[in-house]
Amino acid sequence: MDWSLVIGNAAAELISPTTAAYALAAVGLAVHFGYTGLLNFGQAAFMAIGAYGFAVSVLYFGLPFWGAVLVSLLASVAFALILGIPTLRLRSDYLAIVTIASAEILRYIVSTTSLASVTGGAGGLSAFAGEFYAMNPFPEGNYLFWPFDVTAKDLWVRVVGWSIVALATLLVFALMRSPWGRVVKGIREDEDAVRSLGKNVYSYKMQSLVFGGALGTLAGIIFILPRSVQPGNYGTGLTFFIWTVMLLGGAATILGPVVGSMVFWVLLSLTDGLLQGLVNQGVITFLTTDQIGPVRFILIGLGLMALVVFRPQGIFGNKKELQFNV
Amino acid sequence: MNPLTLSTRGKKGSIRPVAMWLGALAVLFGMLFSAAPASAADEASNPDSTTFSIGGIIKDGETLLEGVQILVTGEAFEETGTTGADGRWSVVVPNKGEYSVALQLETLPEGASLRDEKKATKTVTVDLVNTVNVLFALNDTTSTGEAAGEGSGAPQANVFLGRLIAGLNLGILLAMAAIGLSLIYGTTALNNFAHGEMVTLGALLAFTLNRILGIDLIISAVITMVLVAGSGWLQDAAIWRPLRKRRVGLTQMMIVSIGFSLVVRYVFQIIYGGDTKVLSQGEIWDIFGVPTQAVNVISAGIAVVILLLVALFLTRTRLGKATRAVADNPSLAAATGIDVESIIRIVWVVAGALTGISGVMLGLFVQASWDMGFSILLLLFAAVTLGGLGTAFGAAVGAMVVGLFVELSTLVIPSDLKFAGALIVLILVLLVRPQGILGKAQRIG
Amino acid sequence: MSNDISVGKAAPGCKKVDPILVADNVTRQFGGLTAVNVDHLEIPRGMITALIGPNGAGKTTLFNLLTGFDKPTTGSWNFEGKDLAGVPSYKVARLGMVRTFQLTKALSMLTVMENMRLGAQNQPGESFFAALIRPLWSSFEAKITARAEDLLKRFKLDAKQEDFAAALSGGQRKLLEMARALMSEPKLVMLDEPMAGVNPALTQSLLEHIKDLKKNGTTVLFVEHDMHMVRHISDWVVVMAEGKIVAEGPPAIVMKDQAVIDAYLGAHADTDLGTVAIKVVKEKK
Repeated sequence: MDWSLVIGNAAAELISPTTAAYALAAVGLAVHFGYTGLLNFGQAAFMAIGAYGFAVSVLYFGLPFWGAVLVSLLASVAFALILGIPTLRLRSDYLAIVTIASAEILRYIVSTTSLASVTGGAGGLSAFAGEFYAMNPFPEGNYLFWPFDVTAKDLWVRVVGWSIVALATLLVFALMRSPWGRVVKGIREDEDAVRSLGKNVYSYKMQSLVFGGALGTLAGIIFILPRSVQPGNYGTGLTFFIWTVMLLGGAATILGPVVGSMVFWVLLSLTDGLLQGLVNQGVITFLTTDQIGPVRFILIGLGLMALVVFRPQGIFGNKKELQFNV
Repeated sequence: MNPLTLSTRGKKGSIRPVAMWLGALAVLFGMLFSAAPASAADEASNPDSTTFSIGGIIKDGETLLEGVQILVTGEAFEETGTTGADGRWSVVVPNKGEYSVALQLETLPEGASLRDEKKATKTVTVDLVNTVNVLFALNDTTSTGEAAGEGSGAPQANVFLGRLIAGLNLGILLAMAAIGLSLIYGTTALNNFAHGEMVTLGALLAFTLNRILGIDLIISAVITMVLVAGSGWLQDAAIWRPLRKRRVGLTQMMIVSIGFSLVVRYVFQIIYGGDTKVLSQGEIWDIFGVPTQAVNVISAGIAVVILLLVALFLTRTRLGKATRAVADNPSLAAATGIDVESIIRIVWVVAGALTGISGVMLGLFVQASWDMGFSILLLLFAAVTLGGLGTAFGAAVGAMVVGLFVELSTLVIPSDLKFAGALIVLILVLLVRPQGILGKAQRIG
Repeated sequence: MSNDISVGKAAPGCKKVDPILVADNVTRQFGGLTAVNVDHLEIPRGMITALIGPNGAGKTTLFNLLTGFDKPTTGSWNFEGKDLAGVPSYKVARLGMVRTFQLTKALSMLTVMENMRLGAQNQPGESFFAALIRPLWSSFEAKITARAEDLLKRFKLDAKQEDFAAALSGGQRKLLEMARALMSEPKLVMLDEPMAGVNPALTQSLLEHIKDLKKNGTTVLFVEHDMHMVRHISDWVVVMAEGKIVAEGPPAIVMKDQAVIDAYLGAHADTDLGTVAIKVVKEKK
């Protein structure tokens, strides 16, 4: 087995744009769940809005890059409002059901054959990022060092992706140290108490939903810049992975979701590489290479279960600061 | 009311009444099946039995066109169908999935042409319905593809009636799984995201027993029901009871169930692979002019009887009343001497049995695959929420509404959006009447 | 019997010389059960009013209704002349009518100081965009921190300011909740069983705090089962039973009222209310 390849592939995940996208989506989810206590099970929908908002704006409406980003964000805000206005007054588990259902509805809508001329149907969309790569300031060539060596194009999407993650993290850091953060953390624990102190709880929950959702939407754009848009990517599985990433690092921590995403992807790549190697060398005989894909999902599932039961505060979390009491 | 503070005293569960109840069900099940005019299992070897098919009729005005070729591709599959003297064509496809259907224009007879040449190729999704009809509109007058039946010359069917019957059928099968979900939610307040996997387990076990080991379908179904009931007991004993003892929060438990669902689902995929397993079989009955598989009609009949039994169980037996008392107020129930833990255990077993048999029947209805349960999980949640969280009767009503809506909505919206339609209804009902159709408004504070 | 508070004789629903809160025909039904059915109630300004009654009399429900945490079946009420029917709870609090809860709602994952700061009104940093620009709110934050320190000192919680509220004892949480409510400088404080679970050693100082509130011009309305406390500090007592107001008046007189004794003690009607410590099992939510 080629160890350097396995380890190199795993290490490369540390800075991959996918890791950045998951990190950003998890930061948004941390704003929802970790800080405000909102049970959002539709983060995949916000990412889908980023992906489709951007790609459709470029391909169907011919908008420039920044216009497409703006359209995505506006759509994300509108989606959060539609979702939040009726449900944020209801019990918290209703929000969970409504968000997961909305995310599925959105997925059905973007995959339907009847809208294929706009969304590409089941085939998805591609070739929308030309303008983004045209903005690349890095001249052609190879950059960085093993195992992070990348082309200029790869470098550009990584720099942009991780810059946005850094900015978002700083923003959340500033917010959570401010009186605004104090109010939402109070809501996470007991919204009636906060209400009795004269705060408009509904409005704060809405702000949190919109803000965290917008981060998810930006994550959706980062996610598709290096690939095509596939409707199959935006199922409930994506939402559950983002939850795993968030819980792994610590839902109510600033850096937790970012580190969680890195750990998640490095571990996945490592186990994939190891299993592949072992199966190919005949060490593992009870699996075929086709069955390695499912194994990673089994591992994620087991990890999620163990994490929530034994270390709900995540790697970085302070047990005193996060209880699951929503 | 926090169900985690339930009394945990009394370790010995009273499993016996449940076993008797299941036994009674099994006997009844057997009677009904053997009373059916043609034992469905006899037809098991029929090679023409339905898998998934795409089909239709090509007509130019009233003239049925023979020899027109239609190329079906997708899911690593390719086959050409040719219309017969009755103008019908049908292609059996291996899996659920997306297929591209292309009318070969050059095979059309002289003079016949498509109204819109751009529409010679269509994409269809084979999902919950076994047979998908594709329409190609030809120039002369409106030509339609009609219900292709199951490959035989079925009579022209009333489309609405067909959807109605399919919807009722789907609803009643969903109802059993939804009641299982609702009972668990009612007694433990757990939103169990791994519930769909019990449906899958039911379907896959029935496939293994009946199709691989060749055991008679009825016996397979009964064994499956018992095994899935056992899996319910096992899940509670291995996961949920220890978590309740640790006083793990409800949100955490919900996330644990998400993780568990992932694990089980992909274990299924490793064992059974990613393709669809053909479970349905048997002859076609004509129900009010709608060709329907006999086995589905019998399933629906048995399901109705099971639902009635559940209703009797909940309202007439001591155990059922205790179950409802726990669902209503666990600590009060514990205070009146009900052993809450053993009730919860029984609920898991009963829910497992109901969900397992629902899985067998859904397997017969739409075929079995590793993720079939997960794909209907949200429909189950919708059913339970529509009916009012935690009420078993409400869940059954909710399931009927969902089943009917899913099928009837295809009359107006594209069939690949039918699940979306049901979920939109779920959201709308939550907005207008958050307590569900039958739920009571709750006292706040 | 005349007094300084009511207009004319004290009687259920009587008019007050200077009411701060006036409720009319407030009812709340749960299914077939009428939990609250108050024809007329006035709360005197600048006084300490006790609301007493047996379990299930509807006291907490009335609190919930008046503060916008529950919607009445019928009724109207106004606070300092402003109609409050249909006003959401957070706006009620902003108007200067702040409540505490029977089951303490200290935010246990926040520090004691953060709990206190949350009680302050009009912090500009609580708006999303201003929150990102520290200079816009840091001076206000310093001001409310100073006020919080002052209050915590008075409630003897100053040594705990940086602790998580979870680390406090049940009685200390009650104190924190009350102190937090005072951060908004309310005109009317509504305390739901302030003494329940408080260490007897602390009760005396708690009584003093409540008396101090009155000295500073704050009106107090509290639900309590501890008759010593009621007798000791209240200027006026309102008695509820089965959702209705059954008696009103100065404490010394109300405690001897036969209707009250009947409502409260049933069979043990021969016992003097002031001399029994009534053990109360907390009403289930």
